[in-house]
Amino acid sequence: MQLIECPWCGPREEVEFHYGGQAHVPYPDAPAEVSDEEWAHYVFFRDNTKGRFAERWCHSAGCRRWFNAVRDTTTYRFERVQRLDDPEPHATEPARARRSTAS
Amino acid sequence: MTSPFRTAEGGRIDRGTTLEFTFDGQTHTGHPGDTLASALLASGRHQVATSVKLGRPRGIAAAWAEDPGGLVQIEEPFPEPMLLATTVELHDGLVAHGLPGQGRLAEISDSARYDAVHHHVDVLVVGAGPAGLTAALTAARSGARVALVDEQSEAGGSLLGGTDRLDDAPALEWVAAAVAELAGHPEVLHLQRTTAFGSYDDGFVLALERRTDHLGTAAPRHVSRQRVWRLRARSVVVATGAHERPVVFADNDRPGTMLAGAARTFLHRYGVLPGRQAVVFTTNDSAYDAALDLHRAGVAVEAVVDARPAGSPRREECERAGIRVLSGAVVTATQGVERVTHALVAPFVDGQVGAGSAIACDLLLVSGGWNPAVHLFSQARGRLRYDEALGAFLPAEELDRLSVTGAAAGVLDLAGCLADGQRVARAALTALAVAPPGEDRLPTAPEPVVPAAPLVLWRVPDTSGADGNTSFVDLQRDATVADIARAVGAGLRSIEHIKRYTTIGTAHDQGKTSGVLASGITAELLGVPVQATGTTTFRPPYTPVAFAALAGRDRGRLFDPERVTSLHDWHVAAGAVFEDVGQWKRPRHYPRPGEDMETAVLRECAAARTGVGILDGSTLGKIDVQGPDAAVLLDRLYTNMMSSLKVGSVRYGVMCGVDGMVIDDGTVLRLAEDRFLLLTTTGGAAKVLDWMEEWAQTEWPDLRVHCTSVTEQWNTFPVVGPRSRDVIGALFPQVDVANEAFPFMTWRDTALDGVPVRLARISFSGELAFEVYVNPWYGVAVWERLLEAGRPYGITPYGTETMHVLRAEKGYPIIGQDTDGTVTPHDLGMAWAVSKKKPDFVGKRSFARQANQDPLRKQLVGLLPVDRRTVLPEGSQIVELHPDGQLPPPPVPMLGHVTSSYRSAELARPFALALVKGGRSRIGDTVHVPVNGTLVPAEVTGSVLVDPEGARRDG
Repeated sequence: MQLIECPWCGPREEVEFHYGGQAHVPYPDAPAEVSDEEWAHYVFFRDNTKGRFAERWCHSAGCRRWFNAVRDTTTYRFERVQRLDDPEPHATEPARARRSTAS
Repeated sequence: MTSPFRTAEGGRIDRGTTLEFTFDGQTHTGHPGDTLASALLASGRHQVATSVKLGRPRGIAAAWAEDPGGLVQIEEPFPEPMLLATTVELHDGLVAHGLPGQGRLAEISDSARYDAVHHHVDVLVVGAGPAGLTAALTAARSGARVALVDEQSEAGGSLLGGTDRLDDAPALEWVAAAVAELAGHPEVLHLQRTTAFGSYDDGFVLALERRTDHLGTAAPRHVSRQRVWRLRARSVVVATGAHERPVVFADNDRPGTMLAGAARTFLHRYGVLPGRQAVVFTTNDSAYDAALDLHRAGVAVEAVVDARPAGSPRREECERAGIRVLSGAVVTATQGVERVTHALVAPFVDGQVGAGSAIACDLLLVSGGWNPAVHLFSQARGRLRYDEALGAFLPAEELDRLSVTGAAAGVLDLAGCLADGQRVARAALTALAVAPPGEDRLPTAPEPVVPAAPLVLWRVPDTSGADGNTSFVDLQRDATVADIARAVGAGLRSIEHIKRYTTIGTAHDQGKTSGVLASGITAELLGVPVQATGTTTFRPPYTPVAFAALAGRDRGRLFDPERVTSLHDWHVAAGAVFEDVGQWKRPRHYPRPGEDMETAVLRECAAARTGVGILDGSTLGKIDVQGPDAAVLLDRLYTNMMSSLKVGSVRYGVMCGVDGMVIDDGTVLRLAEDRFLLLTTTGGAAKVLDWMEEWAQTEWPDLRVHCTSVTEQWNTFPVVGPRSRDVIGALFPQVDVANEAFPFMTWRDTALDGVPVRLARISFSGELAFEVYVNPWYGVAVWERLLEAGRPYGITPYGTETMHVLRAEKGYPIIGQDTDGTVTPHDLGMAWAVSKKKPDFVGKRSFARQANQDPLRKQLVGLLPVDRRTVLPEGSQIVELHPDGQLPPPPVPMLGHVTSSYRSAELARPFALALVKGGRSRIGDTVHVPVNGTLVPAEVTGSVLVDPEGARRDG
């Protein structure tokens, strides 16, 4: 069982966390305007990267905060974790597009 | 029975105490400190079992967990299958017998306790042999927090089975001093009888402590029998020693054939002679110690058979003692029936076996070298490399937080192990930024005799005529050299495939003696280097662990948390029959004397439809949503509009995933402009909170809103039925319960004797109904006051089954029962709950996808069995007959399935809800449902079967 570094709580047991899939898949700005295909890519399609992968995790049995991580899918090792409000761009990925939805 | 093979003195047994035990129905004796194996050997018994496939006699072939032969079943004190005689500590009253390869689980429940302890240390040392002890001493002396675990009953490792000396005294005196010193360090945890069986990421090691097994019937009941230690170490030092490796030859499984080092252990540790007349077959120098020690103890050592043409520098030592040494020779086979009587010895030149002769013996010792016990390193995904000189696999890399020392790292001499343990511990401390101790003296070991290079010999060519079919590689699986040859002949190349084809290494011992042999023999047959073949993957557990130990206290009622409402004791006293809903215990129905579930539910339903019923609905999930943007969040997550909800009002809402499929539903109470109370399904409460927090944190962090679970802060009691207004009006006279003053889908705060109570006009039955919310501290009191107020109207407590019938009669779906993650609100006939005004909400875009527009999607409809008798089993498939009344040819197309099905008091017939392809267009059609081999016709109806006009909800 790995120790995962929660950016808020520090290293904690893996069982306290939930995996949240690929990071940086923003909710489309205007869902009504995207094609069925583009929408299907948002809903159903995710990368299946071998190697460094930007992911979302949630410290669900701890502080319940979501955070971003870069993890190597071949070794399972976490390279870094980042709070969602970290001003520094998340490693390996372009800065996350600002997402907004209808309100 | 006597113990004719017990030495006159020596060993680490307590000869002053005699223990009696029974094996295969015969009574034997032994002493504290014995294992079952050593006591059996003392009585002259080698064979303990027969093999799993071939039924060949098998005996004790090693002295500890690597033994592939001596499998036993324990009967007393508690039945336990598949233990090794070599690892069962003897105790008075032990009853055991040998196994034909497979054991038998106890047929009674194990009443022993098992538990688990979490422990965190700076340095964990696994193994209390020479290297482990010096590593632990160094770490302890630095002041670090240390754990030392070792699988044996006492510390010492290989020193327990030898005659080594340290500081000019018996080495075990140094061991005793080391153990005493460790005990004096307050930050050191030292556990014997504790096997580290799994090594995982980031210094996480699982170890099993056998706390009372050795005490037998004298084990105190209040102490757990076994304990799983969940050890988290900043640095792990693996000092697990090495396993001696046999050499494969024909009939090498015959009892009396034993690893050479094991014979030394039986002699020195247990005071047992494993035979009277021995032949020693070796490829390296270590077995010479066994030959000489046994000779000194009075065993007639007929010959040392050394496969190396140049033999060993220790040959002279043997010859001085009168032991014949045959260099450049091998044992090719054994003779005997249930015990070896002869070893066939032949010259061995350039890999060719010459003409042989038989040497009489009752003990054949074998040594093919040593396999470092790299299991824990490899489990932690450390890479291994093949060492040509050792003929074994060694750690090939440094791991973060885990290092290997001593024999496990290929250091096979005592002085080397002592120094290596200290060196590795110092390096580990340095890496942890802990200063190694200044004073850290190592004991002085005698100058090691430089051994002659070992010969790597996996197998002796089979000249017996059996063609490798009796040359056993894995004794526990009865797998032979011939089996490997067949696997290679079948085209298998990967050692992982060969393992699975031959089953080598898959038995109880997980290939401790057979794994490296299989790699070596496979490489030889394929003509490739052993490095290219490699080993199979090492996986936990290192030695077998009982499920009971892994389960610990998490079994029976403690397996999963049980959640109960504050009314639970009342329900129990009322005779409720409970059902599990998630972790909750909910009353399913309240049978009166003589009632079965069917009659009880019909009675409860009738009460709610014609009089008044009351339900404990406290398990419904409740989420308090607060913040200036609370309404915005709900508008984005519910399919309908929540921001327009007035304070004091209630609205039903549906949540969908981004794929447009329903994930939960429930009612929403607006408590204030910036505050809502969400009701979720009982099972969906945690999931909905997760869902809301995920969106709020990851997509809309700008929203000022917080969500808090308040499920357990509120009891909820729906009071349901045409007389519910009378009951509520009587108990809360200050509340105007008239329909105009307290309309449907509104809520009011009030109080009962000073206790705050919230009332809501919410109905999950279609009847006039009031939900009563109260702090659980007052739950029982308010519930009883409601019953009292309802007595004149025959108020009837009802359970989940009645709740289900009532809601199903109204066509209200249960998310997760009537839906399965492929159902949209439109499929449920709930287009009315989907906002057309909101430009977006989660799931909206997916409704426009082509697949979700298909008129043949499965839709929720009602089904009425035409025979008015059959309750269609939930989950039943629905089919359609051809116009001629025949079933279509197989595969018969499935139209959908029954999702809910009950008997209805109101309808006076059974009914069902079902998801049916194009269901709404089939209303009025007859479909068929296979039930117990017959096709039951059922009419498709709308999903609302009772009061479709909604005339009853206002009373």
